[in-house]
Amino acid sequence: MENKMYVSSSPHFRSNNSTRKIMLDVIIALIPASVVSVVFFGYRALMLIGVCIASCVLCEYISRKVMKRDTTIGDFSAVVTGLLLALNLPVAVNPLIAVFGSIVAIVVVKQMFGGIGMNFVNPALAARIVLLVSFPNAMMTWTDAFSKDVDAVASATPLVAESGAYSYVDLLLGAHGGSLGETCAIALILGGIYLNIRKVISPIIPCVYIASAGIMALIVGQDALYQILSGGLLLGAIFMATDYTTCPITKWGKVIYAVGCGVLTILLRTYSNMPEGVSFSIILMNILVPLIENITTPKAFGKVKAKGDKK
Amino acid sequence: MESKLTFPKKPYRTHGGVHVPHRKNTAQKQSVEMPVPSTVTITMSQHIGAPCKPVVKVGDQVAVGQVIGDNEAYVCAPIHSSVSGTVKKIDKVVAPDGSKIDAITIESDGEMRLYEGIRPPVINNLSDLLKATRESGLVGLGGAGFPAHVKLNIPQDKDVDTLIINVAECEPYITADHREVLENSWAIMSGVYALKEILGLKRVIIGVENNKPDAIKVLKAIADNEVDKYDEVRILPLKASYPFGAEKVLIKACTNRVVPMGKLPSDAGCIVMNVASIAFLAEYMKTGIPLIKKRITVDGDAIKNPQNVIVPVGTSVKDIIEFCGGYKEEPKKLIMGGPMMGASVSDDSLFIAKQNNAILAFTEKEARLQEPSACIRCGKCVDACPMCLVPTAICKAVDSRDTKAMLDSDIMNCMECGCCAFACPAKRHLVNNIRLGKQLINNEKKRQISLKEGK
Repeated sequence: MENKMYVSSSPHFRSNNSTRKIMLDVIIALIPASVVSVVFFGYRALMLIGVCIASCVLCEYISRKVMKRDTTIGDFSAVVTGLLLALNLPVAVNPLIAVFGSIVAIVVVKQMFGGIGMNFVNPALAARIVLLVSFPNAMMTWTDAFSKDVDAVASATPLVAESGAYSYVDLLLGAHGGSLGETCAIALILGGIYLNIRKVISPIIPCVYIASAGIMALIVGQDALYQILSGGLLLGAIFMATDYTTCPITKWGKVIYAVGCGVLTILLRTYSNMPEGVSFSIILMNILVPLIENITTPKAFGKVKAKGDKK
Repeated sequence: MESKLTFPKKPYRTHGGVHVPHRKNTAQKQSVEMPVPSTVTITMSQHIGAPCKPVVKVGDQVAVGQVIGDNEAYVCAPIHSSVSGTVKKIDKVVAPDGSKIDAITIESDGEMRLYEGIRPPVINNLSDLLKATRESGLVGLGGAGFPAHVKLNIPQDKDVDTLIINVAECEPYITADHREVLENSWAIMSGVYALKEILGLKRVIIGVENNKPDAIKVLKAIADNEVDKYDEVRILPLKASYPFGAEKVLIKACTNRVVPMGKLPSDAGCIVMNVASIAFLAEYMKTGIPLIKKRITVDGDAIKNPQNVIVPVGTSVKDIIEFCGGYKEEPKKLIMGGPMMGASVSDDSLFIAKQNNAILAFTEKEARLQEPSACIRCGKCVDACPMCLVPTAICKAVDSRDTKAMLDSDIMNCMECGCCAFACPAKRHLVNNIRLGKQLINNEKKRQISLKEGK
């Protein structure tokens, strides 16, 4: 037969899922939070989001070119990193600082370790921590929502403010100071529900993270609901801790990891000098992921000597 | 084992699995018997186990049902001529897996003269059944091709109490078992009850996927038949999810028992038989004609007239496709078997063996290979694996050629069902990689053995 056939190993069917579709779903899930941030913090928020995404994609493109590897900007993972980085910045931050963050995220944390799927910590969070340590003032100057002049008016985030300064409704709606994407709990939860419906993430990590943070808050004598709804906890639990590359792939691994994140978040918030603990707790747990996976490898089907209908 | 056997109302929980598109296009079409081809080429290895040796010579006259290949080995099933005519040649042909095997080419005289030695077997007890099953040449018709007489010969120390009839047919496209149920319900019923009695079993579960309501109706009538006084034969509709037809998964779904790793269904007290095997056995008991015909689903978007055809064993794929109207479009991929576990072959000059149940031909659109990208550690393969493995971890071990790590991650438990690769968004060749790993382990074992012998 002159007609050449494809010969390949089974299966000959593939699902129509793809890395790009997954990343697109994450972007869609982040749209409510992004829109809300623009509503609260104005065009400057939009500008920051644009700067972060553009610089991340550019960094990814250039570093792949320099390393003489196939370009991977088509999978949109750099867009997700850029968007998440932007949503973790205060609105008043200098765009150049944001660009520096993108370079750290993509070049140092992601590409130097081998690109998508190989980084051992979440790029956006690692970049945020680098910025926090390098530019503490800029990174902790919060602007109140709907304020006309971003540079002039500094406000306290709900975590720093006197307890009771914000009601739960305020926290749900998010019209207060904070990073771009972390203030509005409703928008974040909407995104989380979308990701679950699309089966992009499993509900284990967000639910266990939130639950363990709540319980830990009660243990240390904090207002659990207030702790959950304020700061970057929801953004972290739904979008950052669930990052595929840096969370365990085993079911029980996910549980252990999420408990660690939740407990550490509250401990850091309560006992460290930092007002916020989400980034550090997730990064710390990221580093433990290989260990967690090792001890939670599922037992292969039939590995027990089972016989009969025993319970 | 417990004294009272229970019948599950709904399937027990199984891990993993994926929702593959069903594409059972041929389910409502009557099977067609293909006219006898001018020549058939019957390969000498149509089962798991020792290949047969030809027992005829070039120039011999053979008749339908005459033994033409056999081997003394226990794990082996004899091979019979599927036509009457003259043996033209005996030489090597390419098998679907690419290896070369002996094959006997017979030119048909068109008469389909039955071999004079054929008569219905007399079966009074289990040893009669085992002898007859071996003589019938029956192998597992679900695809694996394990000699049936070996499967039915339960070791004394095994306490087998359950017969599971596999009608899951979870692979996309394939409807051969579905049509078997609709067109041959008499044989299934007679086979089920005969086997139940001879094996002395008190529980028969017919596992059938719920995407074939008409087949469920027929099977329900069989299970509710008045012969079954104590209601010991029942059907269990399964959710249509891949791979429910896999033996170990089916056993778990039907009985909640787990077949220990590396062991056989009998270690979990079960025998699993494909529905087509049961039907064949019943027909053999009635007529004595051995396994010489197979119902094959011919489908795929390159086939002009998709349908089930009943063909003599040894018919060439080319002849079958021509019988189905030929190709509608230029085929780009040919698969022997289903799209999840079948073998893709390089041309259509291969021959149908006993355990084949489908031929699929795909056009460029369906066949195009997708380039794999980096693993993003999404864990979808872990969720999909019915054997509870971590496919990405196994593949990492294979990539670094670390046989110890491969064995530690239970690579040998993989049944290559393809769920992981199907689910993978990065289109990674997970199953291919695992196969490579198994081969590396076998090579390593051989190396160790030869080192020892060398000393």
